[in-house]
Amino acid sequence: MKVHEYQGKEILAKYGVATQGGMIATTVDEAVAAAEKMHAENGTELFVVKAQIHAGGRGKGGGVKLAKSIDEVREKAGDILGMMLKTHQTGPEGQKVRTILIADAVDIKQEYYLGVTLDRQSSMNVIMASTEGGVEIETVAEESPEKILKEWIDPDVGLRPFQASRLAFGLGLEGPAFKSAVKFIRALYHAYVATDSSLAEINPLVLTETGEIIAVDAKINLDDNALFRHKDLAEMRDTHEEDPLEVESSEFGLNYVKLDGNVGCMVNGAGLAMATMDIIKLAGGDPANFLDVGGGATAETVEAGFRIILKDPNVKAILVNIFGGIVRCDRVAAGVVEAANNVDITVPLIVRLQGTNAEEGKAILDESGLDIETAILFKEAAEKVNGALKQQSISA
Amino acid sequence: MSILVDKSTRLVVQGFTGKEGTFHSEQMIEYGTPLVAGVTPGKGGRSHLDRPVFNTVREAVQKEGANTSVIFVPPPFAADAIIEAAEAGIQVIVCITEGIPVNDMIPAYRYVKRRGAHLIGPNCPGVITPGQAKIGIMPASIFSEGSIGVISRSGTLTYEAVDQLTREGYGQSTAVGIGGDPIIGTRFVDALELFEADDETEAVVLIGEIGGSAEEEAADFIKSSMSKPVFSFIAGATAPPGRRMGHAGAIIAGGKGTAEDKFAALESAGSIVVKNPAVIGSTVREHLGAAS
Repeated sequence: MKVHEYQGKEILAKYGVATQGGMIATTVDEAVAAAEKMHAENGTELFVVKAQIHAGGRGKGGGVKLAKSIDEVREKAGDILGMMLKTHQTGPEGQKVRTILIADAVDIKQEYYLGVTLDRQSSMNVIMASTEGGVEIETVAEESPEKILKEWIDPDVGLRPFQASRLAFGLGLEGPAFKSAVKFIRALYHAYVATDSSLAEINPLVLTETGEIIAVDAKINLDDNALFRHKDLAEMRDTHEEDPLEVESSEFGLNYVKLDGNVGCMVNGAGLAMATMDIIKLAGGDPANFLDVGGGATAETVEAGFRIILKDPNVKAILVNIFGGIVRCDRVAAGVVEAANNVDITVPLIVRLQGTNAEEGKAILDESGLDIETAILFKEAAEKVNGALKQQSISA
Repeated sequence: MSILVDKSTRLVVQGFTGKEGTFHSEQMIEYGTPLVAGVTPGKGGRSHLDRPVFNTVREAVQKEGANTSVIFVPPPFAADAIIEAAEAGIQVIVCITEGIPVNDMIPAYRYVKRRGAHLIGPNCPGVITPGQAKIGIMPASIFSEGSIGVISRSGTLTYEAVDQLTREGYGQSTAVGIGGDPIIGTRFVDALELFEADDETEAVVLIGEIGGSAEEEAADFIKSSMSKPVFSFIAGATAPPGRRMGHAGAIIAGGKGTAEDKFAALESAGSIVVKNPAVIGSTVREHLGAAS
């Protein structure tokens, strides 16, 4: 689960990580009030108004602005609140900005990168640091991997003080800045572990003119599987940031990801769902979605699946691909018939059932009187998808 | 021979009396798997499915000689179940549970390695040596005895590949579902090594997916150490970057882990790559000849 920058900073501050000060606002008036309060309490003169959306690249998209006075805060807040912010991560329509963060502008002496994540290759957490702050770490990894310092955390002994020191030395820090960085790194790692994060990324990590190391941005991703023990963090979920269809599908226990193609698909199992998307492409179509119905595949979940797929106007055909193991194909077929009777399916429907009781399942579909193309082999299903698309391009 | 499990397996089921544990234990017993005991803390001393129930794995090892375990324990307790099995001396631990926190898996993974045991999964369908032992949740009917080793990150896609092989007359020596999580006990490389050393395995089918670098590591191993043919398919060629496709591990991040990269790595390592998931079985036949 992703959280916003301001939520990430709140989490980190609880664990003693030094972060840039700031307050959030959802209206221009709130923004002005926040700036006035910050001015009164800390003497802040320079503010940064930052759009709070999950996607990266906010600055380039015009979602982060400097404000040199309270009046400018009013102006910039008005510009940013409500805008459809487009970045390389949002997709072409952009993401609506509902919340902004009014932050203290920081006197930056130097920018760095610091991140903690799981290294799958070693099955250990790794802390990465780089002097190339403020740019995307993927770009640094690609172009100058030697500029990324890494410390792997052995689960038997945890993060050792010398490892934090080695990173801070590696960044070329000394004196109070070195001490500040060591403290920061240890606090960040502690926060990462204590909150069951899957990513804690500070970019940029800033050395201020006064020699302090602080987080000016914070990207925290939480491990969904561990949210059961972090009820407070689970409440930070912002469904505005998610595709409404994906939110709806998750309520039915379906795993749906919207894509841009013209053939909808409904499959049991993530791997088979990806393979089904691939075969749609090979059959001359483009997958409109990823949809894993999981182990259940009951009439209820299949019906929910159809409704969600059909909300996408680009869908020209639907392929259902179920490999019956524990879930029997005849049961799935009965579910498909029931669902198809309840939902007005306006596009060709191809159902491929394989595995336990596949023939019985196919017979149920064939005898249902519904306009369903059936298949047993994966190959047949692909051919029928291809046929359905060709038919439509001819009739169109 | 075969790998990991066979007739000498003595299986203990952790989470034996729960709904999932009971259902799948019945299926495993029906298949003929040597299932000797179950563990459910607090229910020791009872009998379930005509098998003794113990409070701890250690008792199952001491009293019934269990050497393999399968785990159907809920996610918050599953990593502990893995560590308990390894501590008790179990050599092959198959964890079916989906949704274990990564922070729980890091020490569990490390502990199992230190004990020299094999962990399969978590979040996997299990391991089957057709005709001998089925440890997991896979449908028995599609498997047949033979000489093709199967390794896969996915569940139903494994069934798809196995079904195609069986239809072409190619049985399986052992099929291993290694799971789709970021941390898994047995990776492609580990399973390939076992299959390479197994006399009864003639060729291997490897089913990968986008995300991570396990397929690239497999490619390096194939190049350096595999004498047997390896057929490979990678799911997710049409998946967009930055979106997680169901499995926690199935995500193209920072331009890494694409199907294209993985196919290229495997192909250059000498693997026979299959780009269409519908022709896995027929490609094996084309290369190995009609099954005898």
